[in-house]
Amino acid sequence: MSTFPVTEAPPVEVRGLEKLYGELRAVDGVDLTVEHGDVYGYLGPNGAGKTTSLRMMLGLIRPSAGEVRLFGRDPTATVEALEGVAGFVEAPTFYPYLTGRRNLELLAAFDGHGAPGRIDAALDTVELTPRAGDRVGGYSHGMKQRLGIAAALLRDPHLLILDEPATGLDPAGMRDMRELIRRLADQGMTVLLSSHLLAEVEELCNRVAIVRSGRIVYEGEIAQLKRSAGTTYRLRTTDNERALAVCQAQPGLNAVRSDNGHISFAAEERVVAGLSEALVRAGALILALSPETATLEHLFFTLTEDAEPAVQPETVAVPHPVAAPELQA
Amino acid sequence: MNPGIGTVYRWELAKLRYQKRTYLGLGAAAIVPILFVVAIHFRHHDRHGGDFAFATYLTRSGLAVPLVIMLFGAVWMFPLITALVAGDIFASEDHNGTLKTILTRSLERQQIFAGKALAALSYAIAAILLDITVAVIAGSIQSGFHSLESLSGTIVSAPKALELVYASMAVYLMPIATVAAFGLLLSAITRNSAAAVVGTLMISLLFQLIGILPGLGGLQPYLLSTQFNAWQGFLRTPIDWSPIVRAAWVCAMYGVPALVAAFLVFLRRDVAGG
Repeated sequence: MSTFPVTEAPPVEVRGLEKLYGELRAVDGVDLTVEHGDVYGYLGPNGAGKTTSLRMMLGLIRPSAGEVRLFGRDPTATVEALEGVAGFVEAPTFYPYLTGRRNLELLAAFDGHGAPGRIDAALDTVELTPRAGDRVGGYSHGMKQRLGIAAALLRDPHLLILDEPATGLDPAGMRDMRELIRRLADQGMTVLLSSHLLAEVEELCNRVAIVRSGRIVYEGEIAQLKRSAGTTYRLRTTDNERALAVCQAQPGLNAVRSDNGHISFAAEERVVAGLSEALVRAGALILALSPETATLEHLFFTLTEDAEPAVQPETVAVPHPVAAPELQA
Repeated sequence: MNPGIGTVYRWELAKLRYQKRTYLGLGAAAIVPILFVVAIHFRHHDRHGGDFAFATYLTRSGLAVPLVIMLFGAVWMFPLITALVAGDIFASEDHNGTLKTILTRSLERQQIFAGKALAALSYAIAAILLDITVAVIAGSIQSGFHSLESLSGTIVSAPKALELVYASMAVYLMPIATVAAFGLLLSAITRNSAAAVVGTLMISLLFQLIGILPGLGGLQPYLLSTQFNAWQGFLRTPIDWSPIVRAAWVCAMYGVPALVAAFLVFLRRDVAGG
């Protein structure tokens, strides 16, 4: 916002955040830091505590323990902590009996600080100007999502918190939303984005936190997450049975398994050369040997569906989904 | 301009303009006196109309109409009209899921609460003012703008009686404000508009029920329902201030805790839905 103070404090800093609902521990000691300029993905399966965490970050829910700081300020203490912060949790909601523009006028009045003067620009940005005079009750889901972004932009935010912004959108709507977020990030806005669409997160975000059962099981750069998973190879030979035995005996190969006419394993590149030689010696000639990069989706499922998740940010060793358990941290 | 309570208040009034319940309450407030006057008119011309208790009194001066409306309106009409908005003002935010939308802007929760509470009270005042004004006009058309006989039997001139009607209305607003406080509390607690509106009306009716239970006559002066009649102190000569003063503190006794409780519920609640 125009009066937003320059600060070195991280846009979002969460430490030991907990939320208890009776016996249920919805959020269990979440720690995360969103740095300036990050497009930060907050990932987790349904019921993992993402939305509850985001609500606590926006001061809508009081934490049972721990603390949240937005640019160094506590959103549970005063709404002033939300200065420079905007976004929505779950679906953005508006008064259905008011028009889109009237809703924005109301919210701009609640924002002050020149927000009313940004209504037209916000509507243009989300391409809702032609429908701004229609009642929100008649808007499609996608239009409401876009109006939610427009409402956020009224605050001229430095930090945008978006909870599942593409949920319920058709492919074109998803693409438009992705482009919009990218455009805003390119303008220097820090974005904290919760999403189920892992390909989208992989494309948009530079850092992620993956939450499972209320706990962070990974926080850091996506690239680091992939590196920590190691490289996986797929192998097809003239004699897969013999090749499997060679692979299992070969030092430096991990997570060796046979899968649908292929053998997969994890290894460093230098070990693979030795394997080629061993296979030839054993008479299992190579038909195909290709490295596979772990996708965020594979890593996500590994981290959120395995029995015991790793809780070692930055140093976590993440198994590829086709890899054997010994790769798991 | 920095937003504040006034911002919330203005927008709450603006939102009321777009809602059907607003017009339902105001429409009832406007039409009831007209129907009442129509009923007087036909009863007056009915030879067998002597069973209508206020018929004679009402036909002497149109200024008696608003007073009688206030008397009967206390049973359920005015509490219901008040509850229509007070019971809905927080619950509708839950219903629309908009609480999270407005609480993540630049206004503190206490500012939003104050703006909403003022809007709910303003609506109740507007509805009663409309009702009384329509009653004065319709009553005067039917029975004339004549002097009024006070409850002490003295004659009060028409202009003075008009003054007393609006002064009585001001006193009447004290229990109405208390009903509004109950509505706000139930709206904040139940987060359900229908439950809050009906609940508020039920509380109002409960007070009346207690008032007619045998053996509980000692409670009568301290019941909310009794305070709806405090305005009658203005219709005595000289003015009897004791029921008016008692209404002030009895209404405060019920209303202030309800309002404080509503405030605390709203201030401390987790906005986990919507």
